[in-house]
Amino acid sequence: MSSEDRLELRRAAVRPRAFGAWYVTEHHVRIWRRYLGVNVATAIGTPFMFLLAFGIGLGLLVNANAGPGGVDGVSYLVFIAPALIATSAVTIASDEFSYPVMQGLKWNPIYIGMHATPITARQVVDGLVLFVALRVTATTFVYFLIMAAFGGVPAASGVLTVPVATFTALAFGTPLFAYAATLREDRGQFAVVQRVLVLPLTLFSGTLFPLEQLPAFLQPIGWLSPLWHGAELGRVVGYGAERPLWLTAVHLAFLVVLALAGWRLAVRVMRGRLDA
Amino acid sequence: MTVISATDLVKRYGEVAAVDGVSFEVAPGESFGLLGPNGAGKSTTMRMVGAVSTRTAGELTVLGLDPDEFGPEIRARLGVVPQQDNLDNELRVRENLLTYGRYFGLPRRLIAERADELLEFAQLADRGDAKVDELSGGMKRRLTIARALINEPRILLLDEPTTGLDPQARHILWDRLFRLKEQGTTLLLTTHYMDEAEQLCDRLVVVDHGRIMAEGSPAALIRQYSTREVLEVRFGSERNAAAAAALADVGDRLEVLPDRVLVYADDGEAALVEVTARGLQPLTSLVRRSSLEDVFLRLTGRSLIE
Repeated sequence: MSSEDRLELRRAAVRPRAFGAWYVTEHHVRIWRRYLGVNVATAIGTPFMFLLAFGIGLGLLVNANAGPGGVDGVSYLVFIAPALIATSAVTIASDEFSYPVMQGLKWNPIYIGMHATPITARQVVDGLVLFVALRVTATTFVYFLIMAAFGGVPAASGVLTVPVATFTALAFGTPLFAYAATLREDRGQFAVVQRVLVLPLTLFSGTLFPLEQLPAFLQPIGWLSPLWHGAELGRVVGYGAERPLWLTAVHLAFLVVLALAGWRLAVRVMRGRLDA
Repeated sequence: MTVISATDLVKRYGEVAAVDGVSFEVAPGESFGLLGPNGAGKSTTMRMVGAVSTRTAGELTVLGLDPDEFGPEIRARLGVVPQQDNLDNELRVRENLLTYGRYFGLPRRLIAERADELLEFAQLADRGDAKVDELSGGMKRRLTIARALINEPRILLLDEPTTGLDPQARHILWDRLFRLKEQGTTLLLTTHYMDEAEQLCDRLVVVDHGRIMAEGSPAALIRQYSTREVLEVRFGSERNAAAAAALADVGDRLEVLPDRVLVYADDGEAALVEVTARGLQPLTSLVRRSSLEDVFLRLTGRSLIE
């Protein structure tokens, strides 16, 4: 091999080394586009469903009983809107970081195909995380618009419920991603995750009622739940809920640390799976 | 000048050595095969060469680069056809080529041009919009080969390229691979089919239990480890052993299999005359040329396909 040839070979992966994660994201977007109709219909339909059930149905009952002070000083819809936005974000993350991960490694091992190209295990992970972040942001933005249209997000800073929801989704999602990447057989683990993790978290994370209303011994569930931190942070930006500054900082730090830790772990697990 | 060079290559999983000190070199434009039974360590060797499996010990360079350090650079110049298809079933046939091409950082226009050429090459030009699931096994494998060529690789790695395909699909595939070989693409392939190795490999190594048993061109290996012809005689499963005892000095060598006796001789017909002259009446007899299967049998005492 000539020295020119050697140099050419060393430069062969300049673009993939720089943009590889983005190429992986492109691939996921292309698959997402195949189901565009369903995806858009769900993104618009879900907020209306929740608006009807909680904002109007349950809301009337709660507002009538809560008295003039409302819940946390606001109407029930305003109280739950930031939490609903965060919950929808977590739902998407729990979908994207469970079965599709196992599919990519086992049932239709496209991750193994990607890794046969210049793409690294880290880029396979980064590309999916980036895709989920984009998908969550787009979907929760639609959610936000619909909630705002019905007066659910009164504060000027209300649009920040969207990035808050994205962080919440990743804080919940990246550790799930790492776990999903360790699985070699499907023994119903994801159904268990849905039932014993996602569902209880949705109900007991101070989403539909203030966490303080739970018995004291149940409140720690909320403290450990990304969804509680996300919902509370969302309320601060969504209607200017009065919370101590330190607590708001804790919420943010909790979400960021969990998201980054899960992300790192996912990279490590995926390296082990793809380089064997 | 070599494009792949492995010296005392080892891959261990815990206590088990899947690859146990393998050395070989592949020259540019050469078609090189790893022949051996399932579990011999062929695929593991392939994955190390493909820079997706870190070696435990030994030296390895691919295109002059160390896979430990330059994985993405090496993979940028390889085409990989894995044993298990990993086409994206959620995308259409042509889309599979488009997404894959992006992973090499190629511009979309170039990828689109090459995708059309490659669909033509893979005889799938009219199936571009089909779902992957609608393709037959042979078509999927051809699409996988087309996908592996999207970056115009210097080396094409093929892991058991025709396993699981029917004879007709295999011949179509061999024809495509032969064209690539003629165009000067370096091929590294694993197989446990001797006919595939004979058709496609300029040179090969026989691998068993993670070690290389022999190396050479198919013809040279047959010359070295077998006779020109083989006489296959069947006496019925109970009588094969007894008949073999009576034939001990016919031909160069005998191999007694459960269902038949192989007599290795340069002149098979003469050996058959000798068998009948000893008063033995085989139920069936067949004279054929020696193959790599015989080489493998000689080297390991076992047949390639159990």
